[in-house]
Formats: sequence, structure tokens, C-alpha cells
Amino acid sequence: MPVTLTIDGQQRTLAVTDDTPLLWALRDVAGVTAVKFGCGAGLCGACSVLVDGERLFSCQTPVSSVAGKQVTTVEGLTRQPLGQALAAAWEELDVVQCGYCQPGQIVAAAALLKANPKPDDTAIDEGMSGNICRCGTYNRIRAAIHRAADTARA
Amino acid sequence: MTDTLTPSRRGFLVGATALAGALVVPLRGAAAVAPGDGKGGLAANEFLSVGADGTVALALPKTEMGQGVLTSVTMLVAEELGVPVTAVRVSIPDAAPERFAPIDTGTGGSTTIREVWKPLRQAGANARAALVGAAARRWKVSPATLRVDNGAVVDPASGRRLPYAALVAAAAAAPLPTDAVPQPASAWKVIGKDTRRLDSADKIRGRAAFGIDVAVPGMKIATLAQSPVFGGKLAGHDAKAAKAVPGVTAVIATDDCLYVVADTMWNAKQGLAAAAPTWNEGANANADQSAVEAAIEAALAKPGVTAKTTGDLAAARAGAARTVEAVYHQPFLAHATMEPGNCTAHVTAAGAEIWAGSQVPADARKAAAAKLGLPVEKVTFHNFLMGGGFGRRLETDMVERTVELAAKLPYPVKLVWTREEDIQHDIVRPAYVDRISAALDKAGKPLAWEHRIAGSSVMARLMGDKFPGVDADAVDGALDPLYPAAARLVTFKQVESAMPTGWWRGVGGLRNTFVIESFADELAHAAGADPLTWRLAQITDPRARAVLQRAAQEAGWGKAIPKGEGLGLSVLHIWDTYIAAVAHARVDGQGQIAVPLVTIAVDCGPAVNPLGVKAQIEGGVIFALSAALFGGVTLSKGRIAQSNYNDVRPLRMNEAPRVVVHVMPTDNAPGGMGEPPAAVIAPAVANAIFAATGKRLRRIPLQEAITQA
Repeated sequence: MPVTLTIDGQQRTLAVTDDTPLLWALRDVAGVTAVKFGCGAGLCGACSVLVDGERLFSCQTPVSSVAGKQVTTVEGLTRQPLGQALAAAWEELDVVQCGYCQPGQIVAAAALLKANPKPDDTAIDEGMSGNICRCGTYNRIRAAIHRAADTARA
Repeated sequence: MTDTLTPSRRGFLVGATALAGALVVPLRGAAAVAPGDGKGGLAANEFLSVGADGTVALALPKTEMGQGVLTSVTMLVAEELGVPVTAVRVSIPDAAPERFAPIDTGTGGSTTIREVWKPLRQAGANARAALVGAAARRWKVSPATLRVDNGAVVDPASGRRLPYAALVAAAAAAPLPTDAVPQPASAWKVIGKDTRRLDSADKIRGRAAFGIDVAVPGMKIATLAQSPVFGGKLAGHDAKAAKAVPGVTAVIATDDCLYVVADTMWNAKQGLAAAAPTWNEGANANADQSAVEAAIEAALAKPGVTAKTTGDLAAARAGAARTVEAVYHQPFLAHATMEPGNCTAHVTAAGAEIWAGSQVPADARKAAAAKLGLPVEKVTFHNFLMGGGFGRRLETDMVERTVELAAKLPYPVKLVWTREEDIQHDIVRPAYVDRISAALDKAGKPLAWEHRIAGSSVMARLMGDKFPGVDADAVDGALDPLYPAAARLVTFKQVESAMPTGWWRGVGGLRNTFVIESFADELAHAAGADPLTWRLAQITDPRARAVLQRAAQEAGWGKAIPKGEGLGLSVLHIWDTYIAAVAHARVDGQGQIAVPLVTIAVDCGPAVNPLGVKAQIEGGVIFALSAALFGGVTLSKGRIAQSNYNDVRPLRMNEAPRVVVHVMPTDNAPGGMGEPPAAVIAPAVANAIFAATGKRLRRIPLQEAITQA
């Protein structure tokens, strides 16, 4: 069954089977590769997207369940003020290494800052614990979230 | 040449055909080939060029997997050519080993900066001299009076200035200098300065293209099941059921693998599940971890093949006040790169085109050609950014699987490993057991040192009949430890099992440092000495002493520590880098280990990009600490028992230490930075746990070991 949803502000109708996870509908049907496949089991957070502002693991979300909803990937997010603040902080603090997990990290960070605009270290650690970075960039991610929180509020 | 850095920059880069009028700099200065000289050398040798518009372009001679060489290598070129780092157009080239000789494009063993440091700066200096020479001829002045600045040659005496674009044609028409002098350290404006990564902006916004993001017109997507038991064969499958899954277009069975091809990964996965492959498990059906470890332990009963022998071990032991002996165990380790295994290929009558991220693009191309029975020239290999390598993408199995499938399909296919398939068919870091003993004099100084190492040999697999019996990697860092001894014997014994083994970040240095630096701590305690004091009493190498003292000082070595907490030291010299760590560990009443802080001091010579060096250390420490605390995959009934990030457990942010790094640049040759940080951490943590609890952990993973201690 075709599913209609909004991806980064663009309405799209995707011809997919209902149980297709949003991850594969985005990557293989819509051609949105900013959403990354990491584990397929909701364990690593690489596939994180915002759905109506809430962070979801797209690998665990059937596409049919987001019909009619707003799906935001890191591409759309980084065109918005909060996402721009996060992207700038990520660049200024030179967070990225391989970079494969970072779209998911930034989406998770956006969800965190929406819920808690001025998180302390503990809140950041807890809010980001669903996202794995194999390169180990956690120190800089934490610092970048603090910086983005400061600039987004300023 | 394709630009695989980002799709948005396609067409932005200088291709070989666009180089008319450009200055092209080969790596081998003596074999300088002028553009259009008819020798066909242009495309083959070109890697660094200054375009007709003055733009400096670099085809990256190494591969980028997160370690930052795309930036640090570009810095070397920017330094010599006097341009901002961001002005250099960098591309990831197709596999073409001859183009980069003598640099090996294969990227592993912390080799990039060590290998490119001289030839790349030389090539940059030659290009600069060519441009300066052209300006000097134009102005009729001595080239020695000129300098370069921001993409132009300037004459300080007159204030005249010519941009490279105005000089390239004249520079390219003259013989290319081959022996220009690279910028001296005193003139460096780029090297040694914190420089942000050039690939950040695209990676952050989801625009960077990894191999898994490739889309080729007409492409289908496939997934695979290899025999869960290593060495097993495909017995049966239900192709009809698989083809009944919507979107499935092909089911391809080979001797030991089943592939399902579909329109999406999801449908391919559903098809594979429906196909329900069964397997003839073969000889390894009952292979088990405990038997593997028992075989390795048994191999240590006597010395293996001699890797190093100095002095008279028996005589040195006879004069000793005491002898200390210990046995250390290290597990098989999975790579679990964030980007799962994948490769895209299109095989036609004309040849093969392949798209994938590889640490060894030239080897991957050769392996594909061999698998297909094609001459290597018929295979084009487009390399990509990698979502982690850590040694996994030094293997070519994923490319070989993909071409095996693509050869049977009339369209391009992207083959994607599920995470489970990626882990269960990893080519894992070998498990090792080490028996090490030292005879000490009354003052605690080692007189005799014997180190027996046993485990699988990666070198033996790669070298075949030429393998000499000693795995040069497995003993790397064990032959000349920082601790002198009058007599030393180091041996290696190869013990294989069903588990396929390969390189893992830190390689030999990782395994040897855990043993030697844990054992150094044991020797210090046996001698009744403080671990720092004992080390400083033994270590004579001044660079090792300097990093050790700095790390200890910065971490507050000797300060009062709460009960249940401790500091542990480790120091390492390998791959021209000196690095020392102080780990702060805490063990709670339930035996849960936490490592809140790691302090590092490093001397890697000039530290091309200190910001990148720090990133490698912060990340390498956390990467290897995951393995030290929780790592290890095990063989159970011939297969890997673990399958995803729940049981191959990387540290998460709430578990990761703060890593504080002190970079101590020196004017020595540049050292490797990818692996030393990974190698230094496990013993520092084990030693900190000993300081905290009195429990000496000699087995990784430490979290499991402490519950059994």
C-alpha cells in the first residue's frame, strides 16, 4: 500500500509494503540516505529521526505508522534554527570522526534540547545513551550539546 | 577520478582530462612526467596538481575511515603550496596503486603520516618551486628572494604578486624540480596547528556518501546468509517461498551462501527469512571456545618459535632474588563498525564496476578481478568514505561476496550485511594467551625476561608458505619493551581454530601492551615499589620517561584517592609514537567497574594536526576501553555466539570516560596515531583496578574477570 508522509518538509508518497520499517522506506524508496542503518534492532540510534518532533528509531517504526506525519531527518533538521546551532557546534568542536553515527546523534541531541533546553552533563549522558559512536566521540558530542544549548538560547 | 566525498560536489573535481594546462606533480620526483609528454604517464602518476585556474587538487593517497587523514594529509600539501587547507580540492580516488607509488594506498598499522610525510611534502615543495621558478623567470629575479602566500607567488622586495593561475602554464612548461626543500619547521603555518576536519560539514548534514549510500541506476538491493558455522555449506532453501515475498527479484544460491535480491533491504530480508536456508555444518559443528582456549594454553607449556633471544636466560635467572610469572588471556574481538558490511557491483561482459569503502582499495580491486577471472584493468573500484574501519575493511571478503552475486545478475546490485551477519561473519582479532616471567635482582630490576605468546596468526594466513613461524605483528612491541633485561626470550606459537582472524585497531601493540604493562605493574608490586617509581627506575628512553612523567603529573599521581578507586599507569612506545596513560577506575560493591577519567600524554613527533591527534586519542581510548571492559566474541557450536550491539557492547556516552590529552610535540619523525591510543588503555585500567581493589585482573574482558576474581 502506498504511504503518504512528509519528509523534511516535502510530501512524499512511497510505494512500500505496510510493515516496511521507516528506515528502509526512507533509504531505499525515498532515497534519503542521511538516515543510517546501524543495527536494525533499536540498539544503536544511527537511524534516529524526529516524527512530529519526537525521536524515534526508524528501524523499529513501521512506515504505515507514520502516514500523514512529519518526518525530520538530519538533513531537514540542520536547515532549522536548532539544527543549525547543533551543526555549528559540531563543526566548531570538530566532533566528527567517521561520521556515520553523527546524523543520529544530532537528531537525538535535538530531541534532548527540545525537552530540556539547558541539560547538565548527566542529562546529556542519559539523553544520548541510546546512540552508539564506535569512534568514541562522546566527549566532544557532550561539549557540542552544551555549546548548541548556549547558542540556541542566546 | 570520481569525487565520492559528497554527491553535491560531483563535477567539482579535476579529472585527468581536465588537467590540460595544469601543473601535475608525480610522487616520484626523479620520474617527473610533464603533461602531454606522450609517455602516457599523466593519468597514471597524477595525484597532486595545480589547475589552470590555480586550484590545488589532491587525490587522497590513503583512505579515510574516521581517523582524519583526509584533513592531515591535505595539511601537508597546503603547507608546501602556501594555500589555506580549505582551498585544496580533495578527492577519494579510484583504486590505482601505480599512481601513488611508492605510497601504499592501503591504510592500516598507523602508517599514513609516517608514510606520506616525506614524499608528499617533497611533491608539494617541488610544485611550489616550479611556481616560484616561473615567477622568478618572469620577474628576472632569483627564486630565493620569492615566497608563496595564499595561492600566489610574492616578491617581498617589490611587493609584486602573481596568483598561481597566472604561473601554472609557464611552470608546467619547464622541467619540474625534483629536489626542492620542504618548508622547515620554523616556517610552518599549517603543520602543528589545530585544524578542523574538512569532511565535517557534509557528514553532519547527512550529505557525505558512504559505501552503503551508493545508488546506481537500475540497482537492486540484496542481503545474504553465510553458513552460521564456519566452513559449513548450504544444504537447502525454499526459493519459491522467497520469491513469493513482494519485491524479491532473485534468489541466488552458491556452495556456502544464499543471496536474496529485492527492491529494498527490507524485502530482501523478508525473502531471506522465507527462504529459511539450512546448512551442512561440517567439521566445525562442535567447535567451542573452551577448547580453543585450552589449545592455546597448552601451546604455552614450552617455548614456541623464537622471535628474539638475547643473553643467557638460565644464567640470569640463577642470580635472581625472585621470579614473577603470570598468564594473561585476551579474547576474540569483533569490529562492529557502525556502517555494516556492504558493497555495490555491476558486472557486465565488458568488466566490473565496484563501489565500496575499503582500507585496501587496490587489494579489493585485485580480489574482485581474481574472483571474476578478469584482468585487473577490467575492474574499476570506486572507493568511499568508511563508517569505521578498525581493520575490518582491510579484508576483501565483502567485495568478493558481492561480485560473486553480481556476476549472476543482469543489473547492478548493492549487497548489505545485516548487523547480525556482520558480527557473525566478522574476521575477528585473534584470542591470545601469554605466559610471561621475569627474574628480578634485589632492587627489583629485571635480569631475565621470558615472554611466550600463543594464538592465531593473521600473518600466517596472509603469507601462506612464506610464514616464518613467528607472527611479526603478534610480537610487535614485545621484542624490545621499555624495560631492559640482560637476557630475554620472546617466542610465538601459532594455534588456529575455526574462527577466522584478522587485524583490529591497535594490532600487536594492543595485545602486547596489555601483557607487558600489566606485568610491569606486577613487577613493581613484587619489588615493593610504587608503579611510577619502579617504571622510572627501569626505563632509560627519555621520550618514554617524558610522557610517563607528564601523564602522571597531570593526573595527580600519588594523590589521595577514595576507597574503592585507584589510578593505574601504562606507557607505550610503538610506531614512532610514545604515549602514556593514567586511568582512574572505580569498583562499586557489586563489582561494577567505572572509568570516569583517563589522562594521556603523547609524543608523536611534530603532531601534524594536534586537534586530530586529540580526537584519535579520545576516540581510541573509548574504542579500546569498550573491548577491555566488555569485549570478546566467543565460538559456540562452530559459530560466533554474539550478534548485535546488545552482546557486542560498545561503551555508551554515560559509560565513557572523560579523556584529557596532553600533546607534547617534538622534532622527531612523525609517529602513528591511529592505534597507540587504543593500545595503551587496557593495562592502565587493569592496574587502576588493582590499585582500587587489590585484585589483579589478567583476563579481558575485565568486567567479567572481576566477578570471577
